[in-house]
Amino acid sequence: MRARVEPSELPLVITEKVKGAQRLMAVGPEAKQLGLAVGMTLADSRARIPDLWVEEMDTRADANLLDRIAEDSDRFSPVVMIDAPDGLLLDITGCEHIFGGEANLRRIFSIRLRRVGFHVRTVIASGADTARALARFGRIAIVPPGEETKAVRALPIAALGLPDADRLAIARAGLKTIGMLADRPSLPFAARFGEAMMLRLRRLQGFAHPPLEARREIPMLWVERRFPEPIGRVEDVENVLFELGQEACTQLGERREGGRVFEASLFRADGAVRRLVIETGRPMRDAATLLRLFRERLDALADPIDPGFGFDLIRLSIPHTDALDALQPGLDGHAVEVDEVADLADRLTVRFGENRVLRFLPVNTRNPDRAARPVPASFNPLTSDVWPAPEDEEPPLRPSQVFDPPQLIRITMVEVPDGPPRKFLWRRREHIVSRAEGPERIAPEWWLKPHDPTRDYYRIEDAEGSRFWLFRAGPYTQATPQPDWFVHGVFT
Amino acid sequence: MTKQDLETLRREVSRLERGSSAAPSDRFSTGSAQMDAALQGGLNRGALHEIFAAQTADEPSAAGFGVMLAIRASAKRPVVWVRQDFVGVEMGEIYAPGINELGLSPDRLILVRARDGPAVLRAGEEAARCPPLGAVIIEPWGAPKVLDLVASRRLALAAARSNVPLFMVRAGAQPEPSAALTRWRIRAAPSTPLEADAPGHPAFNVELLRDRAGAAGRNWIVEWDRDSRVFKDRIREVVPSLSGGMVPVPAGESPDEGARRAI
Repeated sequence: MRARVEPSELPLVITEKVKGAQRLMAVGPEAKQLGLAVGMTLADSRARIPDLWVEEMDTRADANLLDRIAEDSDRFSPVVMIDAPDGLLLDITGCEHIFGGEANLRRIFSIRLRRVGFHVRTVIASGADTARALARFGRIAIVPPGEETKAVRALPIAALGLPDADRLAIARAGLKTIGMLADRPSLPFAARFGEAMMLRLRRLQGFAHPPLEARREIPMLWVERRFPEPIGRVEDVENVLFELGQEACTQLGERREGGRVFEASLFRADGAVRRLVIETGRPMRDAATLLRLFRERLDALADPIDPGFGFDLIRLSIPHTDALDALQPGLDGHAVEVDEVADLADRLTVRFGENRVLRFLPVNTRNPDRAARPVPASFNPLTSDVWPAPEDEEPPLRPSQVFDPPQLIRITMVEVPDGPPRKFLWRRREHIVSRAEGPERIAPEWWLKPHDPTRDYYRIEDAEGSRFWLFRAGPYTQATPQPDWFVHGVFT
Repeated sequence: MTKQDLETLRREVSRLERGSSAAPSDRFSTGSAQMDAALQGGLNRGALHEIFAAQTADEPSAAGFGVMLAIRASAKRPVVWVRQDFVGVEMGEIYAPGINELGLSPDRLILVRARDGPAVLRAGEEAARCPPLGAVIIEPWGAPKVLDLVASRRLALAAARSNVPLFMVRAGAQPEPSAALTRWRIRAAPSTPLEADAPGHPAFNVELLRDRAGAAGRNWIVEWDRDSRVFKDRIREVVPSLSGGMVPVPAGESPDEGARRAI
């Protein structure tokens, strides 16, 4: 009998089904020492090492984990890119001085990840491709500017990331390293393998830089505070946000710009990042207003921010800035008032959400269901449509409140088949019709809803003075001797 | 705190609450000569006004009456309407073309859809603190626990400070003590028919249940004249608690002309 062994003490391999066979996709250090390697089949590995801890590959979990690490890495630079499946690229231009130089930044970054149990390789270089290749295939940690070409010489051809066929072809030609390839005249290679390969080589050597696709939008402006002792009290967080707001607004003022979106990132010491976004209807740069909006946002959070062991970095970033000239309050009292109302709409939006603070835009249509388009109050559409002035001397022809969907009613008495009802039952009450006007025939928009019947609308008043907007769905015909009636809305 | 301080404070509070020292310009007329006379010139701007429906079927009229008062009070200024979701489910959702036809252009309407009673109060108070607004309408459903005397006093104070009138339409609720300056009960009234017996302009039986600054318990039948944006008296003041089915005076006999001149 075998002693029970905890799986964690066994050599770990991660497998995935490739072309019908379970193959190793990753091997733990112990497994590696025992001679297992990526690409072997699980059956072969089991034949060699019977006791294995086998786990299925979970690509999504890997991606999620990488994403969380990327989120935390945001603290080192706002420009973080995912280099799937297992890499991150950070643009640290201008960030290194905060950490006391490149070497220190690299050390702090690596320690942060190693402390939680990751194996990390970090390389700093002037080009993203250079750094990426060196991290995967090389031994150098920091490439001094201008020495990229030299640094990548010893790398294997695989570092180019070419398709397998091309890589094999180059290997058959006897070229084993990037250096060997670079020493040859480039034209024949370009002819054989395409310009793309030459571009890869040049990027690797730091001559050309690919456009970087940041995981998150790179803000136009950001300010941040780091704390040697993490802070956790809400008041402290608010104070910091206010100071950062002042700083950002001063910068915006110098640039004669304003922001419409402001994002506060609260970095917890243990790696979790909480982001609070506020949006305003117009560009602004007033620190006090900003703080008030953030307070609203903090107040309105369904789950209060959990500081854990505290935040050690708070950043305020403005993804976009818009032109905003110096404010001249008082010159035009009206403009100030409009601003105040817009501020109110912003505050309400931050608290209750965009879909709960609305304005109505007119829609030029005959379809009563679509005659008004609700939009967020902070949304400033470019529209020339205006609400039509009601026709003089007419009573309101449209109800002030409508039911969506219209509510089915029962007609208890009609006078003539094609006319308005005399009595109807709605919400368990019988209404005796004393006045009626109609029908107003509204055909469905056949290009939207081809099967809806034509509606004949009536304005109805009952004996007690309640006014309704009723419609009959479709005409009286032989096939439909009793078409349905609905109450669509109520008049005041 | 000395007794004198307390006295001053009391007076200050009662002034804010009652708004009795409000200047004439701080009132807005309803357009109805009879109503304005009873209200000593009109309704107070910086105050809370409560509007109830006589019956469930009269809720649309109560909300409409609130909108019309807001139109009277706001001139061309923006109006914020805070509405609890359930009111829309029960009474129908606000229909902008219809609001437009009451005389309030949706261009100057901001609608806040509030999930529950506390949200209605929060948004309403926040809005009532914004002086450039012409009026604020709030519509909680029923009698939420949070809407006690203290809460209504807060609303009244916010309105008094900013001079923005606050109309609280109480769908599905019964009157109870509050800090409202006036309280109204609205019942739909049969309209004056148009040609071919078509339903006419909105008409209400309006009952002033309470007026902190004057006499209450009065009753009128008014019509809303959308073109001039005024209430018009339809007949002389009537005895309170009429049943709904009263016979309207024919259109020709209503004192339209007098009301028009009073604008």
